[in-house]
Amino acid sequence: MSLPSLTPLTVRVILPYHLRKLAHVGAEVALQVVEPVTIRRVLDALEAAYPMLRGTIREYETGERRPFLRFFACAEDWSLESVDASLPRAVAEGKEPLLVIGAIAGG
Amino acid sequence: MSHIRVLVGTRKGAFILTSDGKRRDWKVSGPHFAGWEIYHMKGSQVDPNRIYASQTSGWFGQLIQCSADGGNTWEQPGVKPADGPPAWPPAKSNRFLYDVSPETGKPLTTHQWYDGTQHPWEFKRVWHLEPSLGDAETVYAGVEDAALFRSTDGGKNWHELAGLRGHGTGPAWQPGAGGMCLHTIILDTANPDRIYIAISAAGAFRTDDGGVTWKPINKGLVSNTIPNPTAEIGHCVHHIAMNPSRPGVLFMQKHWDVMRSDDAGDSWHEVSGNLPTDFGFAIDVHAHEPETLYVVPIKSDSEHFPIEGKLRVYRSKTGGHEWEPLTKGLPQQNCYVNVLRDAMAVDSLDRCGVYFGTTGGQVYCSPDSGDNWQPIVHDLPAVLSVEVQTLA
Repeated sequence: MSLPSLTPLTVRVILPYHLRKLAHVGAEVALQVVEPVTIRRVLDALEAAYPMLRGTIREYETGERRPFLRFFACAEDWSLESVDASLPRAVAEGKEPLLVIGAIAGG
Repeated sequence: MSHIRVLVGTRKGAFILTSDGKRRDWKVSGPHFAGWEIYHMKGSQVDPNRIYASQTSGWFGQLIQCSADGGNTWEQPGVKPADGPPAWPPAKSNRFLYDVSPETGKPLTTHQWYDGTQHPWEFKRVWHLEPSLGDAETVYAGVEDAALFRSTDGGKNWHELAGLRGHGTGPAWQPGAGGMCLHTIILDTANPDRIYIAISAAGAFRTDDGGVTWKPINKGLVSNTIPNPTAEIGHCVHHIAMNPSRPGVLFMQKHWDVMRSDDAGDSWHEVSGNLPTDFGFAIDVHAHEPETLYVVPIKSDSEHFPIEGKLRVYRSKTGGHEWEPLTKGLPQQNCYVNVLRDAMAVDSLDRCGVYFGTTGGQVYCSPDSGDNWQPIVHDLPAVLSVEVQTLA
């Protein structure tokens, strides 16, 4: 069994359109995240790099996912999983992105 | 020569309309924050190029934006741009936490829900931003669920003035159709410790000690849609206006009824007079004639559009009671828009301009106190708010 590396891994995150505009970034951002790569750690890194996103994906104080957003990785819905669960290896290694998806609703 | 800047908040972004003092030719800038709801924008009187904006979304929550250059560029207060160095500690410009601290706060209680049950207080959005009259860094925010916040550092940090939410009547407050929003903030021009606010549907309140304690100011209001029509609280106040030169004289558009107070809200009397309907949302006062008022009568609380499809502003030059329709330049057939509570404003040029926006996306201007109207724009998203700056 190998121990988690302390060397940060490059994790790719795809943001919804309005958050890209808010952060002045393209569709995808690359973040340095230390293992184990979890949703919490990815969002911590995202908000540290792009502080204007604080409060837009998870509630400011509780840290809970905002109701109309969901997380997808490797074609699976991770929204209801623990934010401290390790994401798939392909996400941790940057082969697959973590997707932040806004619910399709409204006019 | 003076010029005019009109700040328009809409369901799908912000727009800034500018013109010279003639108010004939307009330049349109926007959409800013395209796709986001902009509930309200307002500029500081101390530094007119300092503009605060409430940017909100059902998906992404509440953000505060601030411009230091008259709306050309914007940033979240305290947040460095993405290509700058990381900001630490993180900005708290979108952190609206009810103050429950033992030192300055009040316990988080419940309020009445639509079905009569009790419901916890939950922050949803900022409806109205009111910059201080004396300090460009100080700004007040009226929020849903009803509370008043203040920032003294240009919007970087917000602190609730919890005495209002903690008022003993709080558990009896209830949401109006649009939510339990604090939508009106009026800073008294003569007394810096006096603030008026209004909540749908709790009513109007006043503080005389800078926001520490509050008293309901609803005596004289009669609302037949609540169990006790003359109750101390529970009235659906839609908007209040005051001429800055005459603090203490207030005009109110209630759910039904146009009201007037000559004693800083201690008592109200009805001035609906000959209005064709006294339901409506917007109300404002002429910049130089404090007895000249404007309302936009809306048919009813069941039908939120002008009577007979005719968009008419009504003006009273007598402080109420006697009203005249203003129609020149406004559509007089097949018009079924609404004019929301924060969507009317006046400029302070010698010949006072009057402005309002509609849910159909039109923004109208009258450069002659209401006699004649022209659309500045007519195809914006639904207009939520209109504010006007008169610039030197």
